[in-house]
Amino acid sequence: MKRRLLLLIPLAIFAVLVAFFYRGLAKDPAARDSALLAKPFPAFELSTLADASQRLDRSLLEGQVTLVNVWGEWCPTCKQEMPQLLELADRGVRLVGVDYKDTRENGRRFLDEYGDPFTVSLFDPEGSLGFDLGVYGAPESFLVDADGVIRYHHTGYITPQDVEQVILPQVAQWQ
Amino acid sequence: MAVIRWLLLVCLLVASSAASAAIEIQHFDDPALDGRYRALTERLRCPKCQNESIGASNSPISADMRARVAERLRAGDSDAEIEQAMISRFGDYVLYDPRLDARTWLLWGLPFALVVVGGGVIAAFVIRRRRLRHADLDAEERRRLQALMARHTDDAAKETS
Repeated sequence: MKRRLLLLIPLAIFAVLVAFFYRGLAKDPAARDSALLAKPFPAFELSTLADASQRLDRSLLEGQVTLVNVWGEWCPTCKQEMPQLLELADRGVRLVGVDYKDTRENGRRFLDEYGDPFTVSLFDPEGSLGFDLGVYGAPESFLVDADGVIRYHHTGYITPQDVEQVILPQVAQWQ
Repeated sequence: MAVIRWLLLVCLLVASSAASAAIEIQHFDDPALDGRYRALTERLRCPKCQNESIGASNSPISADMRARVAERLRAGDSDAEIEQAMISRFGDYVLYDPRLDARTWLLWGLPFALVVVGGGVIAAFVIRRRRLRHADLDAEERRRLQALMARHTDDAAKETS
């Protein structure tokens, strides 16, 4: 009888593998943890989209919880995301934009057309800040706490459901 | 048929040259740097793609990463420093070979553990079989075996005759 049970070992191993693979297949392959969580927001010195002569640095993000949104005029999902960002701004969330790999003209036109929820938009034509943030596709959003530490990273587009279910609770948590 | 095959070949050639044309070429004065550049861009995975190295990918983020790798190589950074710079931005995902740490020891260790366990099982089987073979027949068993074999050769002889 004992020997018979030993024959079940391969079946048991197989079952465990199936469970693992089934779980792995159901996962979103593009989803992964950001490498920047709990790290300070990377240093930068950039002009703003509105004013080429104004230089801003990391101190911009200190003192208040801020949602930093990386966008670009060339990015179609950014357009779909704008209503959600405008709603977040209405609800009292401080938003800072990063106009990523864009031209000033296109960036300004985008905000004229779709609305401007941002306190200020940084202008990052070479994508240097985007690179330091590990951005690999706009839109991406980073929640930065009052000490300038990154607390949440949203890759991809913020859906209308995400506003209530993800972003606002995160903002409240790090307030 | 031959014409179609020839046309297909031309199409493939055109397509492949168009695909590779998008990847810029980095020039290094030192051939050693060139080799390290090639190795690094093959070892680092494009974060936007599912399974392409930054050296093989046309995506904009891969182009950015290649430019950073080249820039840092020229500045004299070591391979480890460059990899670390990429990991701190894009996470462990960018490494095709995960580093050995608390989260990955099982991943690295499992194949070796399986070889050891499998070897153990095979050794156990072999040893057991050997022991069985060594058990000699006693006199009674030998007599019965002889009888069986004799009968078999008799039967065979009858059939052929």
